[in-house]
Amino acid sequence: MRVGVDVGGTNTDAVLMAGRRVVSKEKTATTPDVTTGVVRALEGVLAGGEGQPLQKGIQAVMLGTTHFMNALLEGRGLARTAVLRLCGPSTRLLPPFCDWPDELRAALGGHLRLLPGGHEFDGREISSFDDDAVRDALRDALANGVETVALSGVFSPVNPAHESRAAELIRQEWPDIPVTLSSEIGRIGLLERENAAALNAALSRIAARTVEAIRGALADMGLAVPVFFSQNDGTLMDAEYAARYPVLAMSSGPTNSMRGAAFLAGIENAVVVDVGGTSTDVGILVQGFPRAASTAVKLAEVRTNFRMPDLISIALGGGSIVRRDPLAIGPSSVGARITDEAIVFGGATLTATDLAVAAGRALIGEPARARALDPDLVERGLAEVRRRVEEAVDRVKLSAEPLPLVLVGGGSLLLGDRLAGASEVVRPEHAEVANAIGAAIAQVGGEVEKVYSLERVGRLEALAAAKQEAVARATEAGAQPGRVEVVEVEEVPLTYLPGNATRIRVKAVGELGQD
Amino acid sequence: MWQIDEDALVSISIGAGILGTGGGGNPYIGMLRARELVREHGPVDVLDLDELPDDSRVICVGGMGAPTVGVEKVRGTESYRAVRAIEKHTGERATALISGEIGGSNSLEPLIPAALARLPVVDGDGMGRAFPELQMTTFFIYGIPPTPSAVCDEKGNTAIIEDAVSPTWVERMARAVTIVMGCAPVFAFAPMSAADVRRTAIPGTLSLAKSLGEAVRRAQREKGDPVEAILTTVPGRVLFQGKIVDVERRTTEGFARGRVTIDGMGDDAGAQLVVDFQNENLVAHRDGALIVTVPDLICIVDAERGEPITTELLRYGFRVSVLGFPAPPLLKTPEALAVVGPEAFGYEAAYVPLEPRATP
Repeated sequence: MRVGVDVGGTNTDAVLMAGRRVVSKEKTATTPDVTTGVVRALEGVLAGGEGQPLQKGIQAVMLGTTHFMNALLEGRGLARTAVLRLCGPSTRLLPPFCDWPDELRAALGGHLRLLPGGHEFDGREISSFDDDAVRDALRDALANGVETVALSGVFSPVNPAHESRAAELIRQEWPDIPVTLSSEIGRIGLLERENAAALNAALSRIAARTVEAIRGALADMGLAVPVFFSQNDGTLMDAEYAARYPVLAMSSGPTNSMRGAAFLAGIENAVVVDVGGTSTDVGILVQGFPRAASTAVKLAEVRTNFRMPDLISIALGGGSIVRRDPLAIGPSSVGARITDEAIVFGGATLTATDLAVAAGRALIGEPARARALDPDLVERGLAEVRRRVEEAVDRVKLSAEPLPLVLVGGGSLLLGDRLAGASEVVRPEHAEVANAIGAAIAQVGGEVEKVYSLERVGRLEALAAAKQEAVARATEAGAQPGRVEVVEVEEVPLTYLPGNATRIRVKAVGELGQD
Repeated sequence: MWQIDEDALVSISIGAGILGTGGGGNPYIGMLRARELVREHGPVDVLDLDELPDDSRVICVGGMGAPTVGVEKVRGTESYRAVRAIEKHTGERATALISGEIGGSNSLEPLIPAALARLPVVDGDGMGRAFPELQMTTFFIYGIPPTPSAVCDEKGNTAIIEDAVSPTWVERMARAVTIVMGCAPVFAFAPMSAADVRRTAIPGTLSLAKSLGEAVRRAQREKGDPVEAILTTVPGRVLFQGKIVDVERRTTEGFARGRVTIDGMGDDAGAQLVVDFQNENLVAHRDGALIVTVPDLICIVDAERGEPITTELLRYGFRVSVLGFPAPPLLKTPEALAVVGPEAFGYEAAYVPLEPRATP
């Protein structure tokens, strides 16, 4: 059996699963230290199971958390981080941190150094690597109170040699200093990839502490099992990897929610609509994984370029306030105060939930209070809700072809069972813990994105090399060796570059290894 | 005369994106680079064509190479060296700089050497929009020799092209050097007199980009209609409003070609618009009838935010407004149409000028 845990900003949910079956589930409040809430949720699912201590049957615990994202947003527990860029004479006009908000830059210390090294688009060196320059930069950084290091090299996704050499050198001489390599987390786009590496380095202390605390707590509960963390793309990484690459877990909450919902509905290709109290998230799953956004993503006002799920959020939910003339629903919402302020709860604010109750779609509060509402208003209001959700659904799809639609969230009662663009509307059971289920069912993945000069290596050779590396990364992240499958191959010819340059991206996933 | 400060840079980068008609590259990195130098050296002066002193020497500056390389091996101050290299070669100091292409990232390149050398930039450019090839600038269409020109990389290498039999040959030679240099050099070319610039440059395009950007930013801030704000800033019309239902792409001969199909909404419900692109948007057909062609500008913007959507980001489901703007007069002469008209891009249609909407 597996346990999935989701640590959200408000709630910590856990679910115990035997194969595809939900054995028990638990919802508790998230605690500031994270660990206490996780332990309570785990105790809940283990006790709520089948009348006996279940510790023995558990094979693994999977966690999804927005904790690192919150740490970043609140500027809490960030390590002083130096960025060392391997660039030689190139890129010097725009040094690391050049487009950061002042506060966050100050929180990291803003220490940086531009060093010899870096590569061209085809893998040639811009300038040669210099050991002494790296050592000197490190000594200077440490003298300035720096605790962690991010390395970025020009075209390191094409040729990571200089970043790797610098990391090796630092680990040899200063083994206690965490080092993040930009080539291991981001794509082409120097500033965005470097930013992601710097954020990761800054989070590495808090990530290491959190991961250690959770493992300790699990051991205390008698759960001596492997612990995994969910990544933004819906795959897992093992605890050591998570401690080193916390940015990869940053956006795992919405991803797990989408994947969990589709799993419960038994559908691999679907639109998932999660209607909350204030907003609705709409995303799309392709072969069970969320489609990634193609543009730069801002985290705490810093531009980054690692892969995040492509979601559309609209300001519409169960608590959205309804105005009559002209008719408008949201963006303001009564939020958690719905149980005091909505009409069906005896309040005076007309909310979207009141409309749904008046239309007989749900029995909440005192339905009689909603009966006095003008039927025309109710009908037009719900039509407006439907129109806006349908529009968002249409925007996330890549074609007009109807897809199954999985509907989850407390506000899903606002919608009926027919929506344009949906071949069917599915409302799965256990949807309130979809995110914990998403964590529990996750597989392990590895991804590679590089530019190859096909004149030099040949297309098949390049594809094979990329696939091999993706598989190796999945195995390194905890997948069973020899049972990893390549699930995505994308080739983009860069025709304006010589040498038949092509960008190849490969993603591989596999079942967790059991050791 | 006016000045470009940090705030103006942000507006210009948005306006230049709109004038990029789907291409021209992302001005974000260019905005950051110019901002670093403006912070260090102060705002850059902008001169109208009329304000250029008669004895001016004006040099044109732009980036060469692949946009995907430019976002990784971010350019620095190479264009300053490229300007100095031309000065050294001709023995004449530059007194002002100008952009070859206002659409997209090249709009901001002249600001780099301008800030460093404390030179003014000219309020104008050689395209009034973006086009895919160097010979499509009005400077070359109206007979300015492209040489001497200089290509500089970040390592300190400089190549001078002393002579070329045509602008196309300059492009070919510069491209060969560009590849050796690692695909992100800068290019300075076509030293011109004040009279040359007044005769061949498209006037007022930096001011136009700035006004467009300001209008969009104001509308976003005040929750107004950004599309309306754009159209009150520059004469033009809404060609179509609708939803993207198909995007077809192919990459041939180094260009991103394709077409986007949009189903009408609101007043355009029931109709369909198809826009063909080659890096930039070229022609638009409404229900099979040709309604706009190059050199007139076809811009696809997000219907709600008014922000331009470049061809590589077009995607099924986007709600868009398609705007059309008449090309500047210098692009509509017979000489210009031979280079940038519909036939130059392989369409058999004759150019029919777009009329802006009637002013209320």
